[in-house]
Amino acid sequence: MRRRTLLAGALAAPVAATTATGCTNGGSSSGTSGGGRTTISYGMWDPLQVAGMKKIIKAFEADHPDVSVEIQVTPFTSYWTTLKTGMRGGAAPDVFWMNAVNLQLYAEGGALRPLDEFIERDGFDMGVHPEELLRMYTYKGTRYAMPKDFDTIGLWYNKELFDKAGIKYPDESWTWETVRDAAAEMTDPRRGVHGIAAEMSRQYTYYNTIAQAGGYVIRDGKSGFGDPRSIDGLRFWTDLIDKGHSPSQSAMTDTRGRQLYLSEKVAMNYDLSAMASQLYAAPAIKDHGSVAVLPEGRRRATTIHGLAAAISGKSEHPEAAWKFVKFLGSRKAAEIQAREGVTISSYAGTQDTWVKSMPEFDLQVFIDMLDYAVPYPASKGTAVWENLQPQLLGGPFSGKGGIEGAARTLARQMDLALEQEK
Amino acid sequence: MAVFPSTAAAQSAGRAQQRRSSSPPRNTKRRSRSQRAAYLFIAPIALGFLVFYIWPLLQTFWFSFTSFGAFGGNTWVGGGNYERVVRDVTVGQALVNTLLYMAMGLMTLPVAIVLADLMNRRGLRGVPVYRALYFMPFITMPAAVGLVWNWLYNGDFGMVNEVLSWIGVDGRYWISDPSTAVYAIGAVMIWSHIGYYLIIFIAGIKAIPRDYYEAAEIDGAGPVRRFFRITLPLLSPSIFFASVICVINSLQQFDLIFVMMSPENPALGDTQSIVTLFFKWAFAENAQGPAAALAFLLMLLIAALTYLQFRFQKRWVHYG
Repeated sequence: MRRRTLLAGALAAPVAATTATGCTNGGSSSGTSGGGRTTISYGMWDPLQVAGMKKIIKAFEADHPDVSVEIQVTPFTSYWTTLKTGMRGGAAPDVFWMNAVNLQLYAEGGALRPLDEFIERDGFDMGVHPEELLRMYTYKGTRYAMPKDFDTIGLWYNKELFDKAGIKYPDESWTWETVRDAAAEMTDPRRGVHGIAAEMSRQYTYYNTIAQAGGYVIRDGKSGFGDPRSIDGLRFWTDLIDKGHSPSQSAMTDTRGRQLYLSEKVAMNYDLSAMASQLYAAPAIKDHGSVAVLPEGRRRATTIHGLAAAISGKSEHPEAAWKFVKFLGSRKAAEIQAREGVTISSYAGTQDTWVKSMPEFDLQVFIDMLDYAVPYPASKGTAVWENLQPQLLGGPFSGKGGIEGAARTLARQMDLALEQEK
Repeated sequence: MAVFPSTAAAQSAGRAQQRRSSSPPRNTKRRSRSQRAAYLFIAPIALGFLVFYIWPLLQTFWFSFTSFGAFGGNTWVGGGNYERVVRDVTVGQALVNTLLYMAMGLMTLPVAIVLADLMNRRGLRGVPVYRALYFMPFITMPAAVGLVWNWLYNGDFGMVNEVLSWIGVDGRYWISDPSTAVYAIGAVMIWSHIGYYLIIFIAGIKAIPRDYYEAAEIDGAGPVRRFFRITLPLLSPSIFFASVICVINSLQQFDLIFVMMSPENPALGDTQSIVTLFFKWAFAENAQGPAAALAFLLMLLIAALTYLQFRFQKRWVHYG
């Protein structure tokens, strides 16, 4: 039954999508003939950002009376499937959100319109956005998307638990050693409190420590998981689990690290800047929580990722779409977005609004870390080798099996997957 | 849940197979006219069947020999996809898991039969209430069922561990421990499907003439003997139908696993079924070609098992 529904769904989706665009196209063409307006569609997944986006679109439409923008929200879990199906059926939105994981696949498949010609023609200064983000959205020397926001990872801590243990709050002087000691000190099995949440998470935990250890995830189409320094970065976490200073991954599958931090069951948690508003909404964390830069390993590093707006390769209104994308990359849009407090705008100098929106947290650290931020690693078939990671690292992160063997196996399998993408 | 044919239809189909004789042809002209009317009546369902089942099936078959461009453009790769399916180690694990789900799914049947027999006891009060209670999980969305059970199974705050602690048993992380996860999901599967089979069996038992029981009682047969000598044999057509449906369903286990197992779950590989693997390949990893091959092989497996069941039904199914 399930497979049938899937297949039927796969078949029905383009049909439904086509009918849907049939309507949009009908609407836009009548709009064009009527008031001389072009309607373009804008695909995104985050419902939290819809309100801000509507304000941005309003400002855009005030500046460009000839273009109107229609938002299409698809939940993240089905966003990429829907987008891909839409591409095959020619029903994808004109402009849509892109992430690092998917950029290369979409660029290579001709699903994105290169932005270079527009950027050069209009002399648009891309330098206002962080360089790492620009690199993330450049494929084979061509720029494919306009950054809109970014997030980095910080060390969130609980001041109350630190005070109880009589430990100084984390700051720039912290290293891996300090984290280990503090985690050991604050772990209290009787109260069910752990020093830290060593969650098996790419972006939040081990991609950061791999870079801090001097290792890498992917370089020149080869996996870096077998590199001894990368393994050091992974072992940082599995050691914490083995010593009992963090819950195991089994426990954190049921109750995620962020939930543990929210319920004050862990003193430290590596988490995303974008989570600030969610943490701020919890009264206990608003009082007891704060954030510091990531502690230093062999070097300093944090993972940066950001979303960007791309133009569909199949868009019938590329000029109107570019006008909108250009606006999304402008100071005006960035400022509206910053005021909403959901994400950090990527436009240089617009981050202050966000930083000041939650005075109890030292959010400035997320901006300061830009100096040594490492781009979220990706290739054309990112999802394939990302899926390999929990399969192979799950054991060591649950206290079963050594991390070194698992990492080397992962490197071998990832290399095979990378070989196949070519 | 897809719409299943009714028990009665399955039984009469079985009977029809049993009866080989056909009635002599009548007036051919009238017959062709009534045939045309018959085709007209089945046209809506036949059309839907062609468009939503047969056509995708043929397409899947074709896709299974191609490399599927993410944004269009399929290129012929011959048997390459099937080769990948055979070689991939995760397929073997998924097959083992899927067969485990099937075995656990079949365990639902004896439980449902016993429950159905109990509910048909004369003098039992509140039967509609029991029936509704047992049927309710079946009509609840699997996604909701999965989420609620995730909470029940939660290793730190879950109800299951809480109850176990009352009797001094140490709980565990049921769905993230590779040694228990597949059974934890199987238990939910059984729990949510039992009502469906229960309804089938209650109807089947109701259809058994009461005289048989009365006669057996006069001959001195006790309740256990009556159950094994009358109820079970005469219920066998329903059991046959239920087992066919059960095998097909549990081999296609997807939604519960999909909802209950997060991507970071260390037990993910130990619970993955053929269909969740298919979904991962086709929709997450852009390997639609191999996924199509996998789906096609699963269909062959299901067809073969169903064929075997029909083949062996003569040995144990009694059409009264």
